[in-house]
Amino acid sequence: MFKNIEHLVRLAVVMMIGVLGFVILRAAVVPHSFGQYGHYRGAAIGEIASRPVAFAGHETCEACHTDVVEQKKLGKHVVVSCEACHGALAKHADDPSSVLPKKLDTAILCARCHEANGAKPKGFPQVATAEHSGGLACDTCHQPHHPKIETAEIKTEGKK
Amino acid sequence: MQIPVEGFMYPNEVELQWSILIVLYPFITGLVAGAFILASLERVFRVEAVKPTYRLALLTALAFLLVAPLPLQLHLGHPERSLEMYLTPHRSSAMAMFGFVYLWYLMAVLLLEIWLDYRHDIVVRSQTEKGWKRLVYRGLTLGSTNVSERSLHVDERLGYFITLIGIPSAFLLHGYVGFIFGSVKANPWWSSPLMPIVFIFSAMVSGIAAVMLLYMLSTRLRGQRIDMRCLDKIAQYLLYTFVIDFSLEMMDLLQRIYEADESFRSLDFMVHTRLWVSQVIVQILLGTVTPIALLGLMQVLKVTEAARRWIYALAGGLTVIGIFAMRWNVVIGGQLFSKSFLGYTTYKMAFATREGLLPAIILMILPFIILWVLVKLLPPWPESASVPSGATPVHGTS
Repeated sequence: MFKNIEHLVRLAVVMMIGVLGFVILRAAVVPHSFGQYGHYRGAAIGEIASRPVAFAGHETCEACHTDVVEQKKLGKHVVVSCEACHGALAKHADDPSSVLPKKLDTAILCARCHEANGAKPKGFPQVATAEHSGGLACDTCHQPHHPKIETAEIKTEGKK
Repeated sequence: MQIPVEGFMYPNEVELQWSILIVLYPFITGLVAGAFILASLERVFRVEAVKPTYRLALLTALAFLLVAPLPLQLHLGHPERSLEMYLTPHRSSAMAMFGFVYLWYLMAVLLLEIWLDYRHDIVVRSQTEKGWKRLVYRGLTLGSTNVSERSLHVDERLGYFITLIGIPSAFLLHGYVGFIFGSVKANPWWSSPLMPIVFIFSAMVSGIAAVMLLYMLSTRLRGQRIDMRCLDKIAQYLLYTFVIDFSLEMMDLLQRIYEADESFRSLDFMVHTRLWVSQVIVQILLGTVTPIALLGLMQVLKVTEAARRWIYALAGGLTVIGIFAMRWNVVIGGQLFSKSFLGYTTYKMAFATREGLLPAIILMILPFIILWVLVKLLPPWPESASVPSGATPVHGTS
């Protein structure tokens, strides 16, 4: 009888080797802290907490750049945090003289929010940059911290 | 690249996230499930007429199953991470659970059934072939060359049992794909408990049609005569399955029309505009009504064999195109409208990008290359089968 099912026994052995290989692989590669708190690596919490802080926070920026704070108060960008445009600048806050922020290219930066798109609410200021400025940097005409041009004849807000 | 948008769409809906690769995924999985169901007709339901396609159907299912996860891998990126789904599976993740369904279907159903069915041929070839082929076949024998009548009888019984398990497994495999869409309750185009059932039946339709076409093509290429009794029977089963599939889809449609919930006007507008060609013309008229009418006519009219072959080829081809269109309309159609029900976006397919038309074409060619290799290794043709089971068995073990 065994002779007639020998091939199946051999198959079962091959399958068991496969399952055993999987179990060994799993034990070898799944981190020990996996599942400690939930469906993730428990040690990840400590690792993330130990990473250096990259953002300084707008209160830190405002402590020195009081002139910008005053400008922002006049316009709608008052609600936009400094590092939303300037990027994470904790290093600059720690050592303002030697770590200087990069000059931003407003032709790219402003379009990130203000490029015309049918999905944006109508009241949100948006322009088709190619038609509006032809690639010219936005800060040629607009002051980014207070972007509305009060005295100019040209209406820029709400244009689609 | 500005995507043309009509009306009001929510920002995250403007760009389609699920591309043509996600259209291919249910299409390919459906072919697997359908081909296997056709194979089970002979094995479990004893439909002797379709026997010439039994092995071809199994190899087709395997070739397409091996390619089935590739569109997902390509869409998601980082294929090396897919192993993590098996190592640390999450029970609430349908995708992770699908990984196990896939593995079960591949390892415990298809490979096992093919191995048991071909074991006699493998043993004979391990002793008659030369060179590297001999080594391959010897490896496939797992060191046992016992093909006595009794051992082959055991294989036959076990194969029957595996096919029996294989039928619900095939249903699970493709039912899951429908479940993935049907369970997205935020999307009224997808969210329907009928979705897994419709997907299973459409899978059976596409798989049967694909194997029928492959059988006709391969028999022609080998210069053999097509077994018309077999072809007529497959066409008959294709018709039956198609009628059930079409009825289910129409019931779903009627339900939606009568219910006419808040999404109805928006979806109705979409079907009449952006999906008009792919849904109404290609899927329903060309891909469903026409093949059903052609196959139905073959049941009542007396037509010559040559004409029947052409009509079956035409009906089969239209069926496969129609089922592909159905997958397209589900996946792409479900992303063209906004949840605001006031806006519509456009799907712009790139060509030579990671999710473009070129990789989609390559992924559709790949299963045929795999099938060609499988056919060379394990010929499914009736005339190439080794001596009938138990006739001149090679006894003993090596």
